[in-house]
Amino acid sequence: MNLNTIIKKLQLNVLSGQENLSIDVSSGYTSDLLSDVIANSKEKNLWITLQIHQNIIAVAKLKDLAGIIIVNNREPNEDTIEKAKEEKVPLLCTSLMAFEVSGKLYTLMNE
Amino acid sequence: MGSSENEFLKRYEIESHDFSRAGNVSTQIKELLQEIGIDSSIIRRAAIATYEAEMNVVMYADKAELFLTVNPERIHIRIEDKGQGIKDIDLAMQEGFSTATHEMREMGFGAGMGLPNIKRNADKFNISSIPGKGTSVDIIFCLNETKQK
Repeated sequence: MNLNTIIKKLQLNVLSGQENLSIDVSSGYTSDLLSDVIANSKEKNLWITLQIHQNIIAVAKLKDLAGIIIVNNREPNEDTIEKAKEEKVPLLCTSLMAFEVSGKLYTLMNE
Repeated sequence: MGSSENEFLKRYEIESHDFSRAGNVSTQIKELLQEIGIDSSIIRRAAIATYEAEMNVVMYADKAELFLTVNPERIHIRIEDKGQGIKDIDLAMQEGFSTATHEMREMGFGAGMGLPNIKRNADKFNISSIPGKGTSVDIIFCLNETKQK
């Protein structure tokens, strides 16, 4: 499913990576442990997390993830947004909890 | 270290405690391997292993040098750090064991998965350490007999 479609349906706020929103999302991956994401996420996964520090961008880049959804209204650090813009990684925000946004994304992608 | 015409050697420095640049060396190496035309499944494994090794330096060592050697047979990544070293390597290799601080754990590090992740993804892996001096890690990926992951 196209990332743009997901952004519209889940009403996500786009902070960066506008040039990469037409990417095809393969699935979702929900985790706050960076080693887990590095080890187990798959290419073009949409990563759902509460982590907001800039190292998440390196993880997304290394694993060729489709983007990152930051949950719970958490605001990414300034340098995280800067790095995401630099690396053209879609950084998306929501007020939903990880459980809710994961559930919605799962339902949407399996419709 | 042997050098021949078809061998490629590059050296990187990893700064410790610098979370803002953590992951940069892994990203550079990944991009380089892509440019050389290495198989994508090997690049995926190399990216995981290099990232974990880089994060270990950032979190626990004082500084490190990374030597990347690529020849038609293999990719060899050697990281030599200066720092506190590891007292009990068997313990450090256990999944779930970590000496990470509370702050590192809050950032999503310190799951005790780093070294096991490196070992799992490498074709050959070796680690040696002198407590109080530093740790050396060798990570090797074979290019002619691809390990299926």
